[in-house]
Amino acid sequence: MKRHSQAGKGDLFSVKTATVLSILVFIIAVGASAFRKDEVAVKETTLSAINRDSVESVKAFATVYKVLMSPRCMNCHPAGDVPLQGDDSHLHVMGPKRGHDGKGVYAMKCANCHQETNTPGLHTPPGNPDWHLPPADMKMVFQGKSAHELAKQLVDKKKNGNKDIKKLIEHADDGLVLAGWNPGEGRMLPPVSHAEFKKAWLTWLNKGAYAPKKTSN
Amino acid sequence: MAKITLNINNKEYPLEADPQMPLLWAIRDLAGLKGTKYGCGVAQCGACVVHLNGEAVRSCVTKVSRAVGKQVVTIEGLSATNNHPVQKAWQEIDVPQCGYCHSGQIMSAAVLLREKPDPTDQDIDDAMAGNICRCGTYLRIRKAIHLAAEMQKKTSQG
Repeated sequence: MKRHSQAGKGDLFSVKTATVLSILVFIIAVGASAFRKDEVAVKETTLSAINRDSVESVKAFATVYKVLMSPRCMNCHPAGDVPLQGDDSHLHVMGPKRGHDGKGVYAMKCANCHQETNTPGLHTPPGNPDWHLPPADMKMVFQGKSAHELAKQLVDKKKNGNKDIKKLIEHADDGLVLAGWNPGEGRMLPPVSHAEFKKAWLTWLNKGAYAPKKTSN
Repeated sequence: MAKITLNINNKEYPLEADPQMPLLWAIRDLAGLKGTKYGCGVAQCGACVVHLNGEAVRSCVTKVSRAVGKQVVTIEGLSATNNHPVQKAWQEIDVPQCGYCHSGQIMSAAVLLREKPDPTDQDIDDAMAGNICRCGTYLRIRKAIHLAAEMQKKTSQG
């Protein structure tokens, strides 16, 4: 009996231990699952609420804005349907038009002059295999936009080419974005390096993609 | 230098050329087709336009390597007997003055008419703005393109 009783206590202890262990395993599993869920969510579409920091985000966007409004980015995000050209962002000579797909029209398609790589020589056509403007139904205009307007536009899927946060993050390494730092002879580079731009871009997005306040100008 | 075969006007041309060479040099100097002209050399004037798989590329900045495996058509190959509607309209209106830019003008106009068989003045401006004519034959060019559109329409209606 004693032995049975001891055995009973032992069984009871085992049941308690098993229960506690089960609860611990459950908590760990749920916790781990929650972390996995968070990671997936952040990667897919959402911003982490924990990392939100409006001050850091807006501060980073100042660098982002400076780059996006530089000729290397803005020239292909014009307010009209003709791309801009040069360090002074004048209208592209010969007035090539955007076209439906952003790749030009008729005998004036971008790739007719813009090759897969930069053409050698001063002020010759820069090149990229995917040279184009944003399409007519998603113009993604940078020219003339305030920092507030541009920040809002960049995270609006109806205005940014249907890009969620994951796609926006990836866009920092898009081939045509990178081409801004390989502009061909006679063209100035964006104001910061691509690494600095990408760091600011990610900080802006990961800290909440806050828009700077509207300014009076 | 590399051994390269270009298909120009439906004919195979085995050439020995640097793949970085401008297509214009291969067309003129290696294939011996002199109808395509050198103007600016930096894709600014349109004198060197040829068709590459149907697109009006500027051969002065297009590398030979880009044309390998594709169909190149020059002014000599636009039609069998110079009877493309654009060529006929050019003759009818007597468009050229010095003529230097007109092979490029005609090649660009042919792409326009293929993609927009009944172009407006605006379409013509949009398509032809990259083809410069120092003689200023722009009004005749526009008139000829409208005439070519009519000719093309009649031909297609049989």
